[in-house]
Amino acid sequence: MAKPVAAAKSEAASNQRPFYKQFTPEQLKEALRRMCLIRRFEEGAEEAYMRGLIHGTMHLSIGQEASAVGATMALRKTDYITSTHRGHGHCIGKGADPKLMFAEFFGKEEGYCRGRGGSMHIADVESGNLGANGIVAGGIPIAVGAALAIKQQKRDDVALCFFGDGATNEGAFHEALNMASIWKLPVVFVCENNKYGMSVSTERSMAVANVADRASAYNMPGVIADGNRIEDVAEAVTTAIARAREGQGPTLVECKTYRTRGHSRSDRNRYRTKEEIEEWKLRDPIGHFETELVANGIATADEIAAISAAADAEIAAGIDFARNGTDPSPNDVTRGVYTPGNPS
Amino acid sequence: MNAPLRELTYAQAIQEALATAMEADKRVFIMGEDIGVYGGAFQVTGDLVHRFGEDRVMDTPISELGAAGIAVGAALAGSRPILEFQFSDFATLAMEQIVNQAAKMRFMLGGKVSVPLVMRLPSGSGTGAAAQHSQSLEAWLAHVPGLKVVQPSTPHDAKGLLLAAIDDPDPVMVFEHKLLYKMKGEVPEDAYRVPIGKAAVRREGRHATIVATSIMVHRALEAAEVLAGEGIEVEVIDLRTLRPLDTATIIESVKKTTRLACVYEGVKTLGIGAEISALIAESEAFDYLDAPILRLGGVDSPIPYNPVLEKAAVPQTPGIIEQVRNLVKGRI
Repeated sequence: MAKPVAAAKSEAASNQRPFYKQFTPEQLKEALRRMCLIRRFEEGAEEAYMRGLIHGTMHLSIGQEASAVGATMALRKTDYITSTHRGHGHCIGKGADPKLMFAEFFGKEEGYCRGRGGSMHIADVESGNLGANGIVAGGIPIAVGAALAIKQQKRDDVALCFFGDGATNEGAFHEALNMASIWKLPVVFVCENNKYGMSVSTERSMAVANVADRASAYNMPGVIADGNRIEDVAEAVTTAIARAREGQGPTLVECKTYRTRGHSRSDRNRYRTKEEIEEWKLRDPIGHFETELVANGIATADEIAAISAAADAEIAAGIDFARNGTDPSPNDVTRGVYTPGNPS
Repeated sequence: MNAPLRELTYAQAIQEALATAMEADKRVFIMGEDIGVYGGAFQVTGDLVHRFGEDRVMDTPISELGAAGIAVGAALAGSRPILEFQFSDFATLAMEQIVNQAAKMRFMLGGKVSVPLVMRLPSGSGTGAAAQHSQSLEAWLAHVPGLKVVQPSTPHDAKGLLLAAIDDPDPVMVFEHKLLYKMKGEVPEDAYRVPIGKAAVRREGRHATIVATSIMVHRALEAAEVLAGEGIEVEVIDLRTLRPLDTATIIESVKKTTRLACVYEGVKTLGIGAEISALIAESEAFDYLDAPILRLGGVDSPIPYNPVLEKAAVPQTPGIIEQVRNLVKGRI
């Protein structure tokens, strides 16, 4: 989104969390706006699916908005992210336009991937988003490769890699973290631990209590953040980004969070209790951030209501835009497989 | 007076292509297992690490999947990676990144990115390395839209096809044959390219066409020489690229010779020969055929260790001679 600013010196602000001093009021309100957009985007997508307007499947991140936005706040446009099958939040966090995301959902030529990718492959290369990924852990070595290219090109950008708890049981995670560490690459690993790899809990699938514990095997810092508190995520990731930019190598940040919706459209929630879901709903990251913005004197209740209403309007307009988009021609079915002008 | 052309081995020709590309383009780098001071398991990278440094001739840990993904990410972010697999068999560890990521990235993202990477894959049997170090998996990868697959059979093509692969904006898999690394041949010093997607007619003939790949090109040429002594004139096509296939050259040749044999080291069933046979069956050349199509490929077995069995598992010159003779004499 933008660079953190130097802390404003103020007596009244002395007991504030660093987060509220690292970012300007405008940046903080923009962060709330993006969290609202993510929530409304996914609610809108879910509704469009229920009404039969879009096909396929989707993976909703409702409840995880703080990690998506908190982790991307300190990124520049030229920094990269790689994302996951649950990636709508990462995309909006990195600056994507929801109407072009909706166009992709609706399979239209106007979509980010001209309708060829759908929910699981939304990418906005212009904003540094190298793509969501349908393969668990698929994006982790790709982020490390992007970081290697950054180092080779002597840029001071970073690559930030989102993945879930389930990905840390894949070999690609371990191979990629090892190489990122031995080569001291400018990459930040952000694990959104939402407690379940589809239906199997981390307790049943992981030999250690925390994903962050795995960092010690690769000689990098492993940090745990409350993934439902944007302050916690942003402070941890901002430190990790600064460390990567300075050439000190990678960090693994584990954001403990929860998806209140199921894994995908097929999920009947047989592996967790209603009580657990309700308990996490009470820890809503958007509601918390709104309260804190008011308590810290950064936004008024009216401003927050206006941000929320504007998000509603933008999402409604985005769905209209997508519904009126252009369907790809069947004649173009192989378009994009190879780069034109070369043997294929 | 033209000076005689310089001779290099197949391995030296590949190394020269790597050095030429790294000299010409700072974005190009190579990575792989033991390619630095060790010089590569087959001494292909040799001393390149001393010339270009460890940042551009990167030893990786034994992490094929991770390394393949790093190549994809580096290519997306503006570098030009060349990844050496120590044996093509080890690419099976990296299939996720090759098949799901490298091959599909451009398509999935609506044609808005390219993945300009090269993977080098030493393949084939005949070294006594047994079942996990001797496979010919080129047809696997040629089955994946988004990849290009080449198989040089000579030192000349090993250099020229690799340079073309490095230029190419899409992922190119280069299957090298381990038994060819020491083979010598003429290699021009300039940075020439052998175009991807073009087969080469290595010998002209009028009684039968052999379409061969990699080391089988040489066995087919030996067979053609013997058969010529019997009055059977065989045309030998070196396929060079499996994807995209040079269909025109194959179809034109079969129309002329009216008989087709496909000779390849990969497993016969569901392999390259099936594709070429079907290509002819679906083309105008079908009406010209005077005999059934012959496929000579690897047997349906892993490659055995015992040297007699190892030879029996893939086509050898005497078998090619006998079978093509039968093909031309109407005995099939």
